Amino acid sequence: MHFKRQSYPAIPAADITPEALFRSRRQFLRGAGALGGTILLGACGLGSPPAPPAPTPGVVAQLTDELGDPATAYAAVIGYNNYYEFTTTKEDVAAAAANFPTSPWEVQVGGLVRNPQTFAVEDLLSRFDQEERIYRLRCVEGWSMVIPWIGFPLAALLKEVEPLAEAQYVRFETIYAPDVMPGQQSRWYNWPYVEGLRLDEAMNDLTLMSTGLYGNQLLPQNGAPLRLVVPWKYGFKSIKAIVKIDLVETAPLSLWMAAAPNEYGFYANVNPDVPHPRWSQASERRIGELDRRPTLPFNGYAEQVAGMYAGMDLRVFF
Amino acid sequence: MREWICVSSSDLPAPTPPQPAALLRKHGLLILVHIAALLPLVLLISDWLQGRLGFNPIQAATFRSGRMAILLLLLSLAITPLNTITGWRTIIPLRKWLGIYAFVYVCVHFFIFLVLDYLLNPGLIVEAIFEKPYALAGFLAFLLLLPLALTSTRYAMRRLGKNWKRLHRLVYVAMLLGVVHFAWSQKSDIREPLIYGAIVVVLLVLRLPPVRQAIIRTRQRYTRPPHKEQPS
Repeated sequence: MHFKRQSYPAIPAADITPEALFRSRRQFLRGAGALGGTILLGACGLGSPPAPPAPTPGVVAQLTDELGDPATAYAAVIGYNNYYEFTTTKEDVAAAAANFPTSPWEVQVGGLVRNPQTFAVEDLLSRFDQEERIYRLRCVEGWSMVIPWIGFPLAALLKEVEPLAEAQYVRFETIYAPDVMPGQQSRWYNWPYVEGLRLDEAMNDLTLMSTGLYGNQLLPQNGAPLRLVVPWKYGFKSIKAIVKIDLVETAPLSLWMAAAPNEYGFYANVNPDVPHPRWSQASERRIGELDRRPTLPFNGYAEQVAGMYAGMDLRVFF
Repeated sequence: MREWICVSSSDLPAPTPPQPAALLRKHGLLILVHIAALLPLVLLISDWLQGRLGFNPIQAATFRSGRMAILLLLLSLAITPLNTITGWRTIIPLRKWLGIYAFVYVCVHFFIFLVLDYLLNPGLIVEAIFEKPYALAGFLAFLLLLPLALTSTRYAMRRLGKNWKRLHRLVYVAMLLGVVHFAWSQKSDIREPLIYGAIVVVLLVLRLPPVRQAIIRTRQRYTRPPHKEQPS
């Protein structure tokens, strides 16, 4: 199969330039990491970010994923969002979510654990080292992005609460706030949004609790203040605006599984060989490009995650 | 007025070219349809060229062209029932053009799918059309509309005679396939295609002979008081 690559000319240059600012912030974040980059992240939300130092020429790395593909333009990452709690129109989410209150915010971590705890987001930022991970995001609808996330491994959080031996799965829940999330007033879905992972998936080093992207604090449209990022699964698994994490014995029923069980499975691993009943998953369009590229098994993370599914028929466990 | 009839044609003044005002009176509605149907296409192309279709321009163009095709075909199907209800005969010629423009948008939609979206990649296209029910429904609608568009000329109508009408009843099948295609392409919220589907059903019911007769009788009772007969 032949896939031609070409750049997308339509985004005005002015919309792309925040990356320059981003790179300098990113440098700053790295530099500040030793001093406690978490404090910086916490401060970002309160006022304007401190003036970033000038980026050092040559040190600023080309922002790409490990396959060499460039990060998606910041404008697209914060302007093209699937977030049905606000609106089903991706380009309208940012405006609809602009006034969503993300502070104060607490997340309860409990269920089958020895040490249930409620964390304020600030606690999470200070207790866990924030790191940058450049991940591909593949939406089940057939588009994809490359996003430089900021966050910490979910495993670190789960270790804090000490899962019991019976805990097999992790259940995540989004805030239920229909007054500020107008989409939750719709009866088409079984709100609030729920997602789940098998415990080994949740403990995998790739699985990230994200608090920011492109060096900035998360914006509401990207799932602020706290969201999951599971890069080898379709985007809908990466639940946003999390308020509750429970360790449970059986696989949780996600919102999408409840809405269309034949279309959305529990695993939802990116798999070009398992077509969605209504659209092919063999190829995808990277936002910012006009061509198609082949979709990779496990979204290109097979080396890190395929072992967890050894012996499973992924057509059955889709 | 009656004298007009007695005037022989040789006495008439040389025919003058039709006045713009008269043309507008006669064809105004049709001109409006041409403009209203072509404007979204012009806007779509200009938005594309100026990069104003957002972050996923191919999908945006696909949706816009598909929605226009469905709306225009719905309008085309609404003309006959509207004529039944109102008795306006001037709207009848619009039916054909609305249908032709609907097909134009179907072609634009299909072109975007084949060329822009799937870059004429045969493997991906065959998989998309034949393995995905929503794409198959859309493709069938296109195949059904093709002969209808090709036989939309006066010549074809004459040649086909009674069969023309039979053939063109396929438009309902195409319309329903189009609505199903739209509904299946949606992730979950199918309110918009459901509304279109409901409109199609209403339009179909309005055409049932007993319903149609009842509407005509009712209209004639209200619009044509016996003492003031008016030519229609």
